Amino acid sequence: MKAGLSIEGLRVVYDDFIAVDDVSMRVEPGESFGIVGESGSGKSTVLRAVCGLAPRTAGTVSLIGAAGLPEPGTKAYRRTLQMVFQDPYGSLHPRQTVDRILAEPLAIHDIGDAEARIERALDEVGLGSGFRFRYPHQLSGGQRQRVAIARALILEPQILLLDEPTSALDASVQAEVLNLLEDMRRRHGLTFVMVSHDLAVVTHMCERLMVMQRGRRVEELSSADLARRHVSDPYTKRLMEASEGFRRGA
Amino acid sequence: MNEASRRSDLLVVDDLRVAFPDRDGGMTEAVRGVSFTLGRERLGIVGESGSGKSQTGRAILGLTAPEGRVTARRLAFDGIDLMTCPPKQRRALRGGRIAMVLQDPKFSLNPVMTIGDQIVETLDAHARVSRREGRERALETLRQVQIDDPQRMFDLYPHEVSGGMGQRAMIAMMLIAQPDLLIADEPTSALDVTVQLQVLAILDRLVAERGMGLIFISHDLRLVSTFCDRILVMYAGRIVEEVSAGRLHEAKHPYTRGLVNCLPRLGEDRHPLPTLDRRPEWAS
Amino acid sequence: MSSVEVPRESLRDWLLSERPRSRRQAAFGRAYAGWRTFARNRLAMLGLGIVLALVLVAIFADQLAPYHPYIGDLRTTRLLPPAAAHWFGTDDQAREILSRIIHGSRITLFVVVLVAVLAAPIGLAVGTVAGYSGGLVDAALMRITDIFLAFPRLILALAFVAALGPGIENAVIAIAITSWPPYARIARAETLTIRQADYIAAVQLIGASPWRIVLRHIMPLCVSSVIVRVTLDMAGIILTAAGLGFLGLGAQPPTPEWGAMIANGRLYVLDQWWVAAAPGAAIFIVSLAFNLLGDGLRDALDPKGAK
Repeated sequence: MKAGLSIEGLRVVYDDFIAVDDVSMRVEPGESFGIVGESGSGKSTVLRAVCGLAPRTAGTVSLIGAAGLPEPGTKAYRRTLQMVFQDPYGSLHPRQTVDRILAEPLAIHDIGDAEARIERALDEVGLGSGFRFRYPHQLSGGQRQRVAIARALILEPQILLLDEPTSALDASVQAEVLNLLEDMRRRHGLTFVMVSHDLAVVTHMCERLMVMQRGRRVEELSSADLARRHVSDPYTKRLMEASEGFRRGA
Repeated sequence: MNEASRRSDLLVVDDLRVAFPDRDGGMTEAVRGVSFTLGRERLGIVGESGSGKSQTGRAILGLTAPEGRVTARRLAFDGIDLMTCPPKQRRALRGGRIAMVLQDPKFSLNPVMTIGDQIVETLDAHARVSRREGRERALETLRQVQIDDPQRMFDLYPHEVSGGMGQRAMIAMMLIAQPDLLIADEPTSALDVTVQLQVLAILDRLVAERGMGLIFISHDLRLVSTFCDRILVMYAGRIVEEVSAGRLHEAKHPYTRGLVNCLPRLGEDRHPLPTLDRRPEWAS
Repeated sequence: MSSVEVPRESLRDWLLSERPRSRRQAAFGRAYAGWRTFARNRLAMLGLGIVLALVLVAIFADQLAPYHPYIGDLRTTRLLPPAAAHWFGTDDQAREILSRIIHGSRITLFVVVLVAVLAAPIGLAVGTVAGYSGGLVDAALMRITDIFLAFPRLILALAFVAALGPGIENAVIAIAITSWPPYARIARAETLTIRQADYIAAVQLIGASPWRIVLRHIMPLCVSSVIVRVTLDMAGIILTAAGLGFLGLGAQPPTPEWGAMIANGRLYVLDQWWVAAAPGAAIFIVSLAFNLLGDGLRDALDPKGAK
């Protein structure tokens, strides 16, 4: 059972700051969708609002693709949708071993067979059982991010939200983690929603993407269009040029 | 600046080593014999975390953490031996003829002083100027880093400005003493891509106009290769390769090639991305 | 899946392994790393030594004390100065002061342990719950805390003891009631930072209940700073207990409580200085030891310095 995601007129307001304003998007089941923007564009807030970590002031979020998919806020919804955070140094509890971190979701959802599942999850993300009893400070950034991916996948979700999953990593480690994510997506038939400031990373990972600026949607386009540089909006153009590096006299 | 100093090497680094005490009471080298010379040019030092690139920059400035041990066969700035010169002279050089810009302006600016006062203070430390002249020169420098309203910026506190503006203020602070050498450690990594390029453009113009030497330390190979003249690629505390920026695609060392290849690029369809196969002999 | 006997690996290597093979090894390794940080601090080790000595003295008070703490010979041994026979001299009741201090260590330890056991959990629970819930719960709990903080501790303790009646048990209760608010403040402040962290967001996403998050994910991180603060506060607790004893509201005669002993000695402080000086020195040394210990613990338990 694959699930997609539909967002209609999403608006997130903190006190008197409008973080996200009237954003709609539709991610088909099994699709990989990207959100690109600079800091303050509200791209991460969209993800956080989808999974209930940011307040939804207006608009709807719903799962699509099959009948009887759970409503946001329910325990079943949590199993359908998981997230990988940006900073691998901040997303793992500093006093818990990898084992504890991975056992927690299983305990909360009363899933038996924890031993085997933890071993399998670690194998899948390429860590192996040798890492099982380490603390986060005994892991490198890339290894931490693998643990975070294992934690998100251990509940067997259908949708994975990725909030800049590689921007804190070295370039070579980024490639490894991106490959791992693609591999996981293929193997489990996952739907991805990926947020990044890096156009190249998003076009590499996603079929379609949305550009955001100051809480609003700028445009939506396919990665193929972007690769052929078929871009209409001037802001997207600027992002595209910036991603190619410095140009003297520009 | 006279012709002689333009021709000669501004900075000579020969066999620089930086070691830190490890858990077992021994010393572990973070920088293991780095040598290069720098003229009035833009030199990039690229490497991943733990490559020793930042420690190299800190050692040149004399900002290595106190428990660290710095040795070098020669470490000279414009003929002055930095290893043997008295600490007082070294301090005068730092912030005077050698300046440094760090990654996050939030941590390098004093939060309880206005930006203007900090710039004037830096100037005071290296030249005798009157209050009015100090202010004038600070405003002039703020204009040079393309801050539209220098008067307003002068009276703001660091937390009142955006990251890009903060970094410009930081650069202004470094530039007011008219340094000959600027060491920039990830100066734009905390900034958005579009702002990043604006800040780089300012640096670029200043280097060109003033004939400064610039050491640009970064993890971002793409950025460095488009900005610098020459690139040193560091791995595990050593320089594994030197490439001229335009010829990155001709790099020979497998590590450099791996770094170039593992980045996703617009309009390229490579699944999976090539990854780096780290070989132990690179580190030896 | 736990075997301690790994061939050709010393215990130290096993503890310091970056690749623990079992839950137990990971836990022991972590404890050992903390101990190494702690042990590097000489002053902290001195503090620990004194505190351990205090515990030993309290346990073996009956064997260690050369004389009876309550009974002396009023005809021959009243107010004798320190000498070989009576190291710290004797008091107005002809009781040997060293023996009384040795027995008094039991009371000090009793006060310290009981206050820690009562006050720290209250503070921790109030602080973490307030910090994590926010809103009305936070406001209510913190206003209660503020009310307790608004009174000087000794005055508040005095009021409680006056209501409960004098005695060492009531003194302990009074001190415990008055010493939890700072712990609640600390725990709340830490919780406010921790709850913003991504690892808390991650367990929220998994579907953990607020209680589970507070108990299993937030409290363990606040415990260390509360422990440090309690240890640093021990000096204050001992002094408050001594203060209550001095005022006659804590331990009752003839109990050899150190504060009460000083109170007793103040009548003779000019001519027979040793009566007040010896228990005063005991309070000073033990308070200092707890302070040094607390400083060392702060370095060893700091979660940020987990290296």
